[in-house]
Amino acid sequence: MATDKPTQTSASKVALWRLPAFRAIVFQALLVVAIGAFGYYLLNNTLQNMEQRGITTGFGFLSNAAGFGILQSLIPYDETYTYGRTFFVGLLNTLLVAGLGIFFATFIGFFVGVARLSRNWLVARLATVYIETFRNIPLLLQIMFWYFAVLRPLPLPRQSINMGDTVFLNNRGLFFPRPVAEDGFGLVWLALLAAIIGVAVLARWAHKRQDATGQPFPIYSVGTAVILGLPLLVFLISGAPMHFDYPALKGFNFKGGLEVIPELAALVLALSIYTGAFIAEAVRSGILSVTHGQTEAAFALGLRPQVTLKLVIIPQAMRVIIPQLTSQYLNLTKNSSLATAIGYPDLVSVFAGTTLNQTGQAVEVIAMTMGVYLTISLLISMFMNWYNKRKQLVER
Amino acid sequence: MKFKLLVALGATLVFSGAATAGATLDAVKSKGFVQCGVSTGLPGFSAADEKGQFTGIDVDMCRGVAAAIFGDPGKVKYSPLTAKERFTALQSGEIDILPRNTTWTYTRDTSLGLNFTGVNYYDGQGFLVTKSLGVKSATELDGASFCIQAGTTTELNLADYFRANKMSYTPITFDTSDQTVKAFEAGRCDALTSDQSQLYALRIKLEDPKSAMVLPEVISKEPLGPVVRQGDDEWFNIVKWMLFAMVNGEELGVTSANVDEMKAKSTDPNVRRLLGIEGVKGEWMGVPDDWGYNIIKHVGNYGEVFERNVGEGSPLGISRGLNALWSKGGIQYAPPVR
Repeated sequence: MATDKPTQTSASKVALWRLPAFRAIVFQALLVVAIGAFGYYLLNNTLQNMEQRGITTGFGFLSNAAGFGILQSLIPYDETYTYGRTFFVGLLNTLLVAGLGIFFATFIGFFVGVARLSRNWLVARLATVYIETFRNIPLLLQIMFWYFAVLRPLPLPRQSINMGDTVFLNNRGLFFPRPVAEDGFGLVWLALLAAIIGVAVLARWAHKRQDATGQPFPIYSVGTAVILGLPLLVFLISGAPMHFDYPALKGFNFKGGLEVIPELAALVLALSIYTGAFIAEAVRSGILSVTHGQTEAAFALGLRPQVTLKLVIIPQAMRVIIPQLTSQYLNLTKNSSLATAIGYPDLVSVFAGTTLNQTGQAVEVIAMTMGVYLTISLLISMFMNWYNKRKQLVER
Repeated sequence: MKFKLLVALGATLVFSGAATAGATLDAVKSKGFVQCGVSTGLPGFSAADEKGQFTGIDVDMCRGVAAAIFGDPGKVKYSPLTAKERFTALQSGEIDILPRNTTWTYTRDTSLGLNFTGVNYYDGQGFLVTKSLGVKSATELDGASFCIQAGTTTELNLADYFRANKMSYTPITFDTSDQTVKAFEAGRCDALTSDQSQLYALRIKLEDPKSAMVLPEVISKEPLGPVVRQGDDEWFNIVKWMLFAMVNGEELGVTSANVDEMKAKSTDPNVRRLLGIEGVKGEWMGVPDDWGYNIIKHVGNYGEVFERNVGEGSPLGISRGLNALWSKGGIQYAPPVR
């Protein structure tokens, strides 16, 4: 048997445990088993201790009625809903703040980052002052500052700042009309969908043509015009099937319409200003990482400064910017949990705060909350890594 | 602070062995002080004065326990806690007693691994509004916004009350009572809601206390009392009987001023048992025989504690009401020491 398989003979010369590859696998397997066993021991011990101390365990509490109100909810909620529902209310509020924060922080960051490199002395200095100020003050203080800075000067509901009887501003929030779709509004959505598909096809065609002939096509301006114009046209033709629900002062406050609470405004403001300062530095470092020779080469080829920035500098700068941007997005999302300091009902405030305290099930609630932040962060990370890969220098 | 607590809870629950009866008293004796969980600042109940000394009716619960064990009410260390942190701190063993204006409820007593030892203040939830709002009754508050402290029974009572009365409301929830006061002053909410005693205490903190008033309605029962961990009966007994001794002291007319004289001369067997001269032994719950004497001598009887901290002579100026002795129209009542 051994004669027809020479490899086996050579392997049998060396004892199995002497093979580096085998040893590596064994040790790794042992480590995994040890970590698993330790984890199991900890979990088991925790449950046992909680049982002994008479602390209720398990996730059954999620289906009990919550019995408390929440300031802002993106999904229907009142105190008759369950603790499980409060989890989703808090989660959506967190995602709302994180999403808005990331959007504005990116905008501020790119603007200020480019401004700091401006040849205009004043603009560059202003950007520097902005970055150095907001980057170096603790975020919690900034959140408190904006909260009370937003809140204090605003009038009470009965003395609201009235903008044309449609938009109202007071210390309970910003109120504006809510668009309510009527029958036939579905057509507008269809038109929007058609416009987006059409522009996508057009973009492909334009790209191909440019590759083949070198002739550019103004895809951005045309695309925007189509995406905005087509739904608008359909909307007007179908007889404007929409009305507005206007906010009106009833009793203590405005009812109806859309409402932006001051807590949300303060939190988004603080998060985006703070994170924007960091992003600005990331943008600056990215742009500076592209050597001046690239610009000169582009100019020598006859590219205009605008085109040089768009096609030569930014794509290369992005390779440096994106990894840092990812970290900042993750920071912003996690920092949004400071919401609890000003009473914005985010996941930590609602679920890891009130729900935890009313049910007393700290271990379960905190585990779920940590799981959520981990998941959100990993998702952002995954997306940014994917984006990074696309933007990386393709080596031929 | 919150994070620290959670880590502490995690660590104790994950790594430690089982809790045993008597463990708390032994630990307290060996470290030489009682670790006491109090509020982050509520005048009359637990607040630090300008010298950093904690005072208040809740603080006196811890001082009473320290007096019973050590004969010295000063052997207490304080952990200021928000409403959200308090139970975790007690469960994790970070503190020994939690007298933090905490309402005794079924859920808390049965599912958190905690025991309520008694009631040191019978309270009820009310509303604080600015006078300029022009509201005279809670029933006029339909649609109003309320500043509340997170993790309290207040949050639940508010929801119940408005649901029962078919009114709408907006809750704005903060971590500490200080934050609720700030937001109330900034005009973020129409009313601040909390236990009535707290409203009087918080009103003092306003820049202009006269601009606000407490509405007459009381919408809930809030029996406040010291809490201990479940599963240590000896410690439970000490805290429970410390409060009973204070109430019995008031009933028998023993005060911090006359306690020495009473100890020397009194022939009333009830007084003699309370002061540990005859009949009962302190060792039954692991403390010196004169535990009752020490509590009344160093901290005072219930009436003295009440008057000093929240009573009509104090800045809060609250009348005894429900908290008067059972023999004087209230419901404070204690089983006899015998």
